[in-house]
Amino acid sequence: MSTVDLARIATAGSVDDGKSTLIGRLLYDSKSLFTDQLDAVAATSRRRGDDYTDLALLTDGLRAEREQGITIDVAYRYFSTRRRKFILADTPGHIQYTRNMVTGASTADAALIVVDARHGVSEQSRRHTFLTTLLGVPHVVLCVNKMDLVDWSEAVYDAICDNFTQFAARLRVPDLTFIPMSALLGDNVVTSSTNMGWYAGGPLLNRLETMHVASDRNLVDVRFPVQYVIRPQSSHARDYRGYAGVVESGLMRPGDPVRALPSGFTSTIASIETPDGEVEEAFPQMSVTVRLRDDIDVSRGDMLCRPHNSPQIRQDIDAKICWMDAASVLQPGRKYAIKHTTRWGRALVKDLTYAIDVNTMHRDETASELALNEIGRVQLRTTVPFFVDPYQVNRSTGSFILVDESTNRTVAAGVIETHQY
Amino acid sequence: MSYRRRTLSHLAALESESIHVIREVAAEMRRPCLLFSGGKDSAVLLHLASLAFQPARLPFPVMHVDTGLNFGEVIRFRDEWVSQLGAQLIVASVPEAISNGVVAEEPNGSRNRIQTPVLLEAAERHGFDALFGGARRDEEKARAKERIFSFRDDFGQWDPKNQRPELWNLYNGRVFPGESMRVFPLSNWTELDIWRFIAHRDIPLPELYFASQREVVDRGGMLFAVNEFTPAADADRVLTESVRYRTIGDANLTACVRSTASTIDQVLVEVETTRLTERGATRGDDRVSDTAMEDRKREGYF
Repeated sequence: MSTVDLARIATAGSVDDGKSTLIGRLLYDSKSLFTDQLDAVAATSRRRGDDYTDLALLTDGLRAEREQGITIDVAYRYFSTRRRKFILADTPGHIQYTRNMVTGASTADAALIVVDARHGVSEQSRRHTFLTTLLGVPHVVLCVNKMDLVDWSEAVYDAICDNFTQFAARLRVPDLTFIPMSALLGDNVVTSSTNMGWYAGGPLLNRLETMHVASDRNLVDVRFPVQYVIRPQSSHARDYRGYAGVVESGLMRPGDPVRALPSGFTSTIASIETPDGEVEEAFPQMSVTVRLRDDIDVSRGDMLCRPHNSPQIRQDIDAKICWMDAASVLQPGRKYAIKHTTRWGRALVKDLTYAIDVNTMHRDETASELALNEIGRVQLRTTVPFFVDPYQVNRSTGSFILVDESTNRTVAAGVIETHQY
Repeated sequence: MSYRRRTLSHLAALESESIHVIREVAAEMRRPCLLFSGGKDSAVLLHLASLAFQPARLPFPVMHVDTGLNFGEVIRFRDEWVSQLGAQLIVASVPEAISNGVVAEEPNGSRNRIQTPVLLEAAERHGFDALFGGARRDEEKARAKERIFSFRDDFGQWDPKNQRPELWNLYNGRVFPGESMRVFPLSNWTELDIWRFIAHRDIPLPELYFASQREVVDRGGMLFAVNEFTPAADADRVLTESVRYRTIGDANLTACVRSTASTIDQVLVEVETTRLTERGATRGDDRVSDTAMEDRKREGYF
C-alpha cells in the first residue's frame, strides 16, 4: 500500500480575500480539477454574465448558494500530491456561519486563514483564528494574499505579520506560519514566487506537504472507547468476544494491562485484530478489535485505558460550547442529550459562566443565553459519568455534542476545559 | 501497510474512518440496511462492512433496488457475492412496482427518478431507519455538501439547508419513527482511492469495469453498448470498440469509455491520468442541469 498519508485542512475567509481563487489554484495546479468540472463552471459563469470564470462555483454546489453567490455550508474537496492526500473543508467566512467554520475546524490538522494584503488582518481573520485555536487545530497558516496588488512589498507583509503575531500571542497557536502569495497569479501557492525574492520560505503546498501531522497525535494516554462488541452467533467462533473501536490516543499492544471504565476491572490485551490480521501495535486512528484475556463486563460506551493512566471520571463538566441551532437558545436549566466518544447520557445546563464575543474575545459574564453561532463557557451536570480529558490534551476525549431531545437536532459542540480543583 | 511512523497511509485512514462509521450505525440505529448496486463503490462498501464485524456476519441485510434495466452480469455478480458473505439480500423491484401501479414509467424510458419511490416504499415496509449508500463527495457538487449521517424526513426528503452539524467523529443518528438516516461511509473517498483500494484488497468486480471488445453506438459523443436495453436503431452505426465502464448504472443510461485497460493495474493507470470526472464522462442522468443531483436527492434519491 502507498506511503502517502492523509491531512485535513480547513480554510476560512471570504470570496473578497481570494479564498476561492486560492482553493481553485490548489486544485488546478495539483491536477485535481477535471476538465468537465472546469467547463461546467466556465459555462455557468458565462451564462450569468461574469467577466471571468468564477472558481467559487466549484465549491458552491447548492442551488441557493449558486443563486445567491454565497457559501452556506462546508464543502469538502479532495486533492493529492505524491506525498499526501488532502481533505479540504472549505468553510464560509461570515459571522452568521460560525458554526460551519467550527464544524470544518473540528477535525482539521491545519487551518488556512486568508487575508487580503491591502486590508491586513481584519476582525474576520481574528475571529477565524480564535475559532481555530478553540478547536485545537495544531497548524495555522496565514495566507497573505493579493501581494501583486501591493507591489510585492516586503514592508506591507512584515506589518501584517507583526500585527497578527501580536494578536496571536493571546491565543494558543502551536505552529504559526506566514506566506505571502498571489493566488490569482499562482505566486507561492504551488510554485515559488519569482516576484518576492525577499521571502525565503517555500510555497503553501510545500508547507502543507511537509508539516508533521503525526506528531500532533497523543501517543501516551491510551483511550479506547468501546464502539461495538463483536460476538459471532455461529458455531465456528462461539467463544469469540472482541471489542471494536478506534484507538483515540496512546499505543496498545498484546500483553499490555488495561483497565475498563466505568467498572474498573483490569485485564490484559490478548490480541489486536485489524483488516490486515493481528498486529503487534495499534496506534491512534486505527479501527481495531481488541480481545482481552479475561471475561470482564465491557460494553459499548465503556472505555479501555491503562491502569495508571485514566481519564477523569466526571459528571460535572466545564466546557466551552458553540451553539449551533437556529430554532432555540441555550439557557441554564435546560436539559439535552450528550454524546461523548461512544457514550450517551443527558446533561443539565447548570450555569452559563460567560459568553465570548468572537470578534473581540471579550467575556460577557452577564449573558443569560447563547443563540446561534454564539460561544460561551458552561457548567454541565450529567446523568452518567463520562471519561474525559481536557480538549487541549486530547481532542477525542475532550469533545462532545449536545442533542435536543425534542427535535433530535445537534444543537451544540463542546470542548472540555482543564478542571480546576 | 506501512506502520513505520505510526501514521496510517491515506487509504488505511479512509478504511478506518469508514469502518468506524459502519460500526457506529450498527451500534446506534435500530434497523440498518446496506444498499448494494453491484457497482464498484458498493462493492467496496460491502467489503468494508464485512471487515467491520469479522469474524461475525453482517449484522444487517443488503438491499438492491432493481430497476429491471441492470446489466445481466451485474445481477449475477450481486447474487454470487452476497451469498459468499452469507448476507441476507432484499430485492426491491421497479418493474414489479410498475405493474402494481405504484409508479409509472417515464416517457423517456429512464427509471432513474421512479426508483426513488420504490426504494422509499421498500425501506418503509422493512422498517429500515438507516440506509448505507456508497456515494462519495467528490462525485458531484451537491454530494460535496452532504453529511456522512444524512437526515431524511418521513417522506425520505433531504433538506440541504437544514442539515445537522457534524463534528469530530461524533455522529447523531437519532430519528423519530418514520424518519431515517442515509449514511455514506465512503464520503471522503475519491474515484482513485476506490480503485487503489480494490487493487490493494483484491475486491472482485463485474467484468464490465475492464476493457474488452464490445459493440457500441455513438449517441451525442457518448458510447452506449448495444444490448437488450439499448438496441441499435436503424440509423445507428454499430462499432466494435475496446471499451470499459467507469460507473455502472442502468444499462440504458450508462455510457462506456474507450479503453484498453483490461487489468486492475491498467485501470489504475488510466484513472490516475484521466482529465474527466466519471459522471461527466458516462452518466446521461447528470446532464440535465447544474442542480440535477440536488433536485433528485431532495426527493429521496441517493
